[in-house]
Amino acid sequence: MLDPVKQSSLLDIRNVCRSFPKGSGEDLLVLEKVDLTIHSGEIVGLLGRSGSGKSTLLRIIAGLVTPSSGEAKCRGETIQGPPHGVAMVFQSFALFPWLTVLQNVELGLEALGIDSAERRTRALAAIDLIGLDGFESAYPKELSGGMRQRVGFARALVVHPDLLLMDEPFSALDVLTAETLRTDLIDLWTEGRLPIKSVLIVTHNIEEAVLMCDRILVFSSNPGRVAAEIKVDLPHPRNRLDPTFRQLVDNIYARMTQRAEPKTPAIEGIHGTGVGMILNHISSNVLSGLIETLAGPPYNGHADLPVLAGSLQLEADGIFHLGEALQLLRFAQLSEGDLVLSDAGTRFAHLETDARKKLFAEHLINYVPIMGLIRRVLDERPTHTAPAARFRNELEDYMSEDYADETLKTVVSWGRYAELFAYDEQSELFSLENPH
Amino acid sequence: MALQDIRPAALGQALRPNIWDIVALILVTGAMVLIVYGGEQTTAPLSALDVAPVSLDPANLPAYALRTTMRMLLAIVCSIIFTFIYAALAAKSRRAEMVLIPLLDILQSVPILGFLTFTVVFFMNLFPGRVLGAELACVFAIFTSQAWNMTFSMYQSMRNVPKDLEEASQSFHLSGWQRFWRLDVPFAMPGLIWNTMMSMSGGWFFVVASEAITVGNTTVTLPGIGSYVALGIQKQNLPAIGYAILTMLLVIIAYDQLLFRPLVAWADKFRFEQTSSGNAPTSWMLDLFRRTRALRALSLPFSALNKAVSNLQISVPDSLKIASAEKRPPSRIVDGIWLALIVTSTSYAAFEIYLYLSATLSPSDVLTAVGDGLITLARVVVLIALATLIWVPIGVWIGLRPKLAERMQPLAQFLAAFPANLAFPVFVVVIVRYGLNANVWLSPLMILGTQWYILFNVIAGASAFPSDLREAASSLHLKGWRWWVKVVLPGIFPYYITGAITASGGSWNASIVAEVAKLGQCHLTATGLGAYIATATENGDFPRVVLGIAIMCILVTLFNRLLWRPLYAFGERRLRLG
Repeated sequence: MLDPVKQSSLLDIRNVCRSFPKGSGEDLLVLEKVDLTIHSGEIVGLLGRSGSGKSTLLRIIAGLVTPSSGEAKCRGETIQGPPHGVAMVFQSFALFPWLTVLQNVELGLEALGIDSAERRTRALAAIDLIGLDGFESAYPKELSGGMRQRVGFARALVVHPDLLLMDEPFSALDVLTAETLRTDLIDLWTEGRLPIKSVLIVTHNIEEAVLMCDRILVFSSNPGRVAAEIKVDLPHPRNRLDPTFRQLVDNIYARMTQRAEPKTPAIEGIHGTGVGMILNHISSNVLSGLIETLAGPPYNGHADLPVLAGSLQLEADGIFHLGEALQLLRFAQLSEGDLVLSDAGTRFAHLETDARKKLFAEHLINYVPIMGLIRRVLDERPTHTAPAARFRNELEDYMSEDYADETLKTVVSWGRYAELFAYDEQSELFSLENPH
Repeated sequence: MALQDIRPAALGQALRPNIWDIVALILVTGAMVLIVYGGEQTTAPLSALDVAPVSLDPANLPAYALRTTMRMLLAIVCSIIFTFIYAALAAKSRRAEMVLIPLLDILQSVPILGFLTFTVVFFMNLFPGRVLGAELACVFAIFTSQAWNMTFSMYQSMRNVPKDLEEASQSFHLSGWQRFWRLDVPFAMPGLIWNTMMSMSGGWFFVVASEAITVGNTTVTLPGIGSYVALGIQKQNLPAIGYAILTMLLVIIAYDQLLFRPLVAWADKFRFEQTSSGNAPTSWMLDLFRRTRALRALSLPFSALNKAVSNLQISVPDSLKIASAEKRPPSRIVDGIWLALIVTSTSYAAFEIYLYLSATLSPSDVLTAVGDGLITLARVVVLIALATLIWVPIGVWIGLRPKLAERMQPLAQFLAAFPANLAFPVFVVVIVRYGLNANVWLSPLMILGTQWYILFNVIAGASAFPSDLREAASSLHLKGWRWWVKVVLPGIFPYYITGAITASGGSWNASIVAEVAKLGQCHLTATGLGAYIATATENGDFPRVVLGIAIMCILVTLFNRLLWRPLYAFGERRLRLG
């Protein structure tokens, strides 16, 4: 009964949905009907914006989160709790600070009940493989970030998993360290020295995905679903400067901005008010700095996103947030992987501080519905004050509590900059009075 | 605990003893002999206490000190076991948490010395005619003074285990048991050790107070420093009290150097931080043991056993397991039944209390107790305010001078640990001699031992005050009251509050021994809830003891909820630096 396709598929995700309970009672859908199959011998990337549910999917596969519906199978068996033969590498390393490197690596083997002699041999072999020789008795806090993540890798590899899960494993590292670690890992993989069959990596770094993966699933946000599947046929080691590589990166950028263009509110059907728009917290300083950069040479109002991200040392996710904020405020427009300054944006770049604030305020009122709402409520009430809870409740009808908090934080910071209203953190009260 | 740091070592060389082995061996053997000796005494029949009564001969003091220390040790072991079980239950089961945590909160504010009345009777009945009963009652009193804050600390740590480590242990298939020893306990360790130290400081006070117990007609005097002092007071022998104070000093120093310093230095590795910070705590004792060779080799089998035990694959049977990472929404029906059960048993208990109290007490008794309670409350407030006025400026002055702070900090901590009740007789002598008003002049005794918490917390706060803020203040020419109000006081506020909470809690407890003082035949009594409880205890008047304790419990809880908690929250939110 062993059919060859089934046999080689390590992981089968069919129609998986996942929702989380939300403040207002209704559930928030973060993953919608996701399909994913992983075969032996491939590196698969899940690429998406933050909040696209890719980490949730990874945790479903790791058995840490259960799907709300659909089925998740590992080697033909439904996943219930962490499956054997799957190991995970964490973004934050997740090392036990009170255990030495060796003890950290041995931990997974101890849980499997492997006897101490074999444990030691295997742990030392893993430490050796990943280039941690000589650090066996060090404690994590004595190591640099890169070395710590190597411990994370060794700990996952030592159990000889069929599938290695990686949750943004390089995003907490500086650029150089991350690059070294990536190439080391790919070298080991191509030489067939890793005791694993397949890798699933979650990332929001487009170049990283193209550099490492054989297959990339691009996720869209709210709710998360697979928007596209891209095969990468370039041979390893890959060269970032190779035109085909660049082309691929540009394509993915374009695809992701395309999806991002109509900034979709969290829930369909509320276009009338638009209050339920998630606002990522970006300081007004950063926004005006970006507008100035865009207005000046070499961009002169028109920038290619990968180039801009590179020169500002930002990851794709960060540059998207900035671009979307500018687009929302009608200071710029995102399209086909480019960021183009609008007329208002150009005007903003050449104004003095007070005039900028005025323009900013105007755009806030006109284009950010929640801002208009707050201002209206404050104007209408005889006391000219309103508790934050009044607006938080309204936001939570459309989004999770975390997003509501973040949105409110953004509202306060932008509103203060534009001098639209005052906010007292202690009493959580919006008001119209300004301290004199 | 599988917390050892086992480095691969060549075993042959490891077995050859070195000089450190000899030193360590003597220490270890000495400790064992002392423990066995102390233990033998407790199984003696109660009449032995009458045959060999406590004597004021200073030569007996070392033996008394040993007995006192043993009680402390036993209590701390009980507290740790209690902490592990209670905190684990509360942290892992939502329904248990609903009951256990509020209960703990109330237990924290129960005056321990009032408690003693019931526990003595209970334990004496448990082991009739044996010293063991009285010993256990004493140990239990110390236990009640130590366990609650340790349990709270452990519970809070267990609730705040970093999510990524939790996921890692889950994804590497650690069993529940393994997870507890590998993740929960190590993560809770630094907080637990700090709280254990604080508990010990408080414990000395209660061990001294509970060694000589009188409940109604029963008087039990357990050999120890506390009973030695009690006898000294009775005989008006001031030199003897002096000897006892000296012995206590030495015992506390030894305890700190031989037990806690090594523990703190060892537990440093459990601190949850990703970068190593400047000064790691050190201990000569720990260094000594780390330098021994043979002893370390001998300890290997023990650590192997530890490891084996903590590695046991004990886990919840699958049939009982709820899909762990996120549990199914809890059943409303079971919740309802559980809640109904709690409400029913609570109302039943309340009814029983009412029946018991109303049989002998009238509403006017309640009024008296509440009135006394308010007087004691006023004392606590005034004394905390006075201590604040005195110690905050001094603490800031010391804390801003790092060299001085380094030397003064251990002294302040030591003073906080010293059982102030040993020094009470000295004050009583002064009051009697000059005919002072007991209502006023007994009050300072309440804060005698607890004021140091304010001092050493303020020193800690001032030492941690960022130097760039100080420099900014001086470059802005901030001086005088403006400097105090705008710069320093907000900076040390969270630390001060922590100290003041401990001090005020301790003062309530101390009121039971401080509002009533004796020297020979001379009895001094101040009006207050402490004196109310103390008098009722001495008369064996249980209903009044219950009433007094209940009133004190309510007052302390209200005081904490309405004053200290809001202030603490405010300090943490707005004034915590960095």
